[in-house]
Amino acid sequence: MTDARTTFSSPLDLQSVRADFPILSRELAGGLPLVYLDSANSSQKPRQVVQAIEDHYLKHNANVARAMHQLGAEATAAYEGARDKVAAFIGAPDRNEIVFTKNISEALNLVAHTVGGSLKPGDEVVISEMEHHSNIVPWQMVCERTGATLKWFGVTDDGRLDLSNVDELINERTKIVSLTWVSNALGTINPIKELAAKAHAVGALMVVDAAQAVPQLPVNVAELGADLVGFTGHKVVGPTGVGVLWGRYDLLASLPPFLGGGEMIEVVRMTGSTYAPPPARFEAGTPPIAQAVGLGAAVDYLSGIGMDKIAAHEHAIVEYALEGLKTVPGLTILGPTEAKDHGGAISFELDGVHPHDVATVLDTRGIAVRAGHHCARPVHERFGVQSSTRASFYLYTTPEEIEALVDGLGFVRSFFKVA
Amino acid sequence: MQLDSLYQEIILDHYRSPHHTGLADPYDVEVHHVNPSCGDEVTLRVELDGDTVTGITHESVGCSISQAATSVMSDLVIGKPVAEGMATYEKFLELMQGRGNVEPDEEVLEDGVAFAGVAQFPARVKCALLGWSAWRDATARALAQNESQDAAQQEGVSNA
Ligand SMILES: Cc1ncc(COP(=O)(O)O)c(C=O)c1O
Repeated sequence: MTDARTTFSSPLDLQSVRADFPILSRELAGGLPLVYLDSANSSQKPRQVVQAIEDHYLKHNANVARAMHQLGAEATAAYEGARDKVAAFIGAPDRNEIVFTKNISEALNLVAHTVGGSLKPGDEVVISEMEHHSNIVPWQMVCERTGATLKWFGVTDDGRLDLSNVDELINERTKIVSLTWVSNALGTINPIKELAAKAHAVGALMVVDAAQAVPQLPVNVAELGADLVGFTGHKVVGPTGVGVLWGRYDLLASLPPFLGGGEMIEVVRMTGSTYAPPPARFEAGTPPIAQAVGLGAAVDYLSGIGMDKIAAHEHAIVEYALEGLKTVPGLTILGPTEAKDHGGAISFELDGVHPHDVATVLDTRGIAVRAGHHCARPVHERFGVQSSTRASFYLYTTPEEIEALVDGLGFVRSFFKVA
Repeated sequence: MQLDSLYQEIILDHYRSPHHTGLADPYDVEVHHVNPSCGDEVTLRVELDGDTVTGITHESVGCSISQAATSVMSDLVIGKPVAEGMATYEKFLELMQGRGNVEPDEEVLEDGVAFAGVAQFPARVKCALLGWSAWRDATARALAQNESQDAAQQEGVSNA
């Protein structure tokens, strides 16, 4: 480890970043410091985000759009201001291309329901074996309903998308290609731009699950070439309860509504209704107002630090962690073992110790990791395992925390007498 | 949190060499239970003779706690009347939900007392209950199945 330590270098001032996240300096039971290595599951929140939400509730709270008073106007301005911030953050050409949802699962269901609703028997939808369940199940449901066929990319032994049959998979019957940009289980970063071009070449739409990409990569949806991109607030240092669907405006405008209710309509008559243009068409009911405000503060926070710096830090930490984990005897990394095109999550198996037991023993040392299938059961099946342990990192992760993990795994092995 | 109170030697012994594994024939009912949040899976077969549990066998993938708990559960329940097995389950459940404040009854729970420490790890309680839930489900189905077979037989008798 000492060799790697001397080579670790990050563009971030970790001490000052960490000072923004009070939870990182709390003590756990028994006086242990927290080593939070579960950011792919949910990130921690900086003070700035929590204060923006508090400020909203304590000073500006009212419903949006429909309240004809000053507070209503302030709340609306805050909510719509968050839309502007998110649009700028991901390089959306038009603020009306940003739809607020409850999380990315809802965004993907929205897409599967509206875009997928016009599928017919014989049409094909292409996903991959490394998807999160929320980019699998909605497509299974819509294929079942419409008679379309679900196809998927396999995964190579080293955890990359198996592109050997790409031209067979993406063919003239393909209507939708929906892929994760960064795998939450393997960490793999997928070549979305190339695949979007392939999808478009056959007239299919490209949908991107960017839940793990937006937190750690500079994103420009206009350059990406995809048609629809979703992410979730709580993984980008924002609050729970808010997600984002970005879509090309002309595409969104051609889609039917998803949920019906207030705010999504134009005129309602008992005999039928007409629908508002996007984004309102897809935002039925009172939206997650304070959560959107918090998300706006979150993307401001990340921009203030710089997404290029965050990406560089994440890369350095992943490289350091891969090196450290490779020193643990009996440890097998699932997915790519090199830091190139590797996002900030590493899943692994430890010979002779079940992942839950790994996680519990680490937890008694203050180290928070995830154990299980991480909502990506098919990719675990692909590697012949039922579950794994996952460590995941973010802008506040330090090399010392990686060392604590590596030491902790040594202790796990001796505790279960596999050392 | 005390690791040794969670991972008692008895638990680790059952984990390393679980009892009643390998699915046996004949059996009355087979069930497959999963813990969707973590992925632990157990396939379990029961055989009843009237109201007595004559056999339990299982195959499972999962952590030390879930494997050991299924092993101990089988030891506790095989050869007992269903009602007694269910009563043992109630005792075990009470222990699991007691957050460490329930004194385990060794008379009833035998090796099951080793799981007392699990109650202090809320995330792991469901691991300890997976095998039990599979057994309860399989047993309820076996009772129903045997009952309807008996009824059908009786009907056959009275029709004859
Ligand atoms: C790649 C990926 N997609 C989708 C999701 C679902 O996110 P949410 O639960 O916020 O909808 C997650 C996170 O759990 C994820 O990592």
